[in-house]
Amino acid sequence: MLQLFLLLAAALFAIGLYGALSQQSIVMIMMGLELMLNGVTVAAGAFWHYLAPASAAGQVILVVVVVAMAVEMAAGFAVTTAIFRARDVDMTDMAADLKR
Amino acid sequence: MTTAVFWILGPLAAASGFMVFRFSSMARATIALLVSFLASGGLLIWLGLAYLGTVVILMMIMEMVIMAVFMIAYMMNPAGLMPMAMYHNKRGSLAISIAVFALLAAGIFAAPWPRRAGAPPRDVTFQLGAALMGPQMLTMIVLGITLFATMVASVVLATHRGRYDRFGDDLKRRPPADPMRGGVGR
Repeated sequence: MLQLFLLLAAALFAIGLYGALSQQSIVMIMMGLELMLNGVTVAAGAFWHYLAPASAAGQVILVVVVVAMAVEMAAGFAVTTAIFRARDVDMTDMAADLKR
Repeated sequence: MTTAVFWILGPLAAASGFMVFRFSSMARATIALLVSFLASGGLLIWLGLAYLGTVVILMMIMEMVIMAVFMIAYMMNPAGLMPMAMYHNKRGSLAISIAVFALLAAGIFAAPWPRRAGAPPRDVTFQLGAALMGPQMLTMIVLGITLFATMVASVVLATHRGRYDRFGDDLKRRPPADPMRGGVGR
């Protein structure tokens, strides 16, 4: 059963990676990153349940991942707001252009 | 029963996660991501992590609401009224993600996983709280500082520059020329 949960986690991670690499919109890239972290939460939960439920380490990793999600979301939206305000850009390809 | 719950929620999480990048409507993509998180949160609850599963579900509902607002504010086609493609290097991204999945799957089935050690405590939430307030206190402190730094950085980045802003220590320095009005050059 652990392998099935980890396979699901790997699938979520891979789908998120595809989104993070292929999308142009900054908001959609953030969705991809969130999906990758979603995979990590599933894996951490499965590790805790199937390998070491007597230890709190698995739960602590989950808390760290949840905080990482919150930080990614807040920082991502702040950067999006800043670059949209400064250059009217919400796509990575436009943000990468070095033009006046 | 665990197997049945997994086969309901697991494929739902993966399929809705996949649909995030298939929908042309931003609103639908946000809802698909939310469904994926709800299914994952449900799996966590089923694994015995009631508190953390609930935290994930509640946090993701709030995040997706905020994300929907940002989508409508920033994206050109929030309702998906026109089909759109906002991809770059689609084939390369697909190849990389399939390769990563294959690598992870190979590792999952090749690794000699140890047997389950011990049993979950009667109060799982207490186990987490006792760890964070005890041996894992340093982790909790680092997480707290990280969240605080994120709050400060987010506000600084998102706040519009005011009339008292200057660039560097030189009071006579002029702001740089800016291609868009309203930015650093006003």
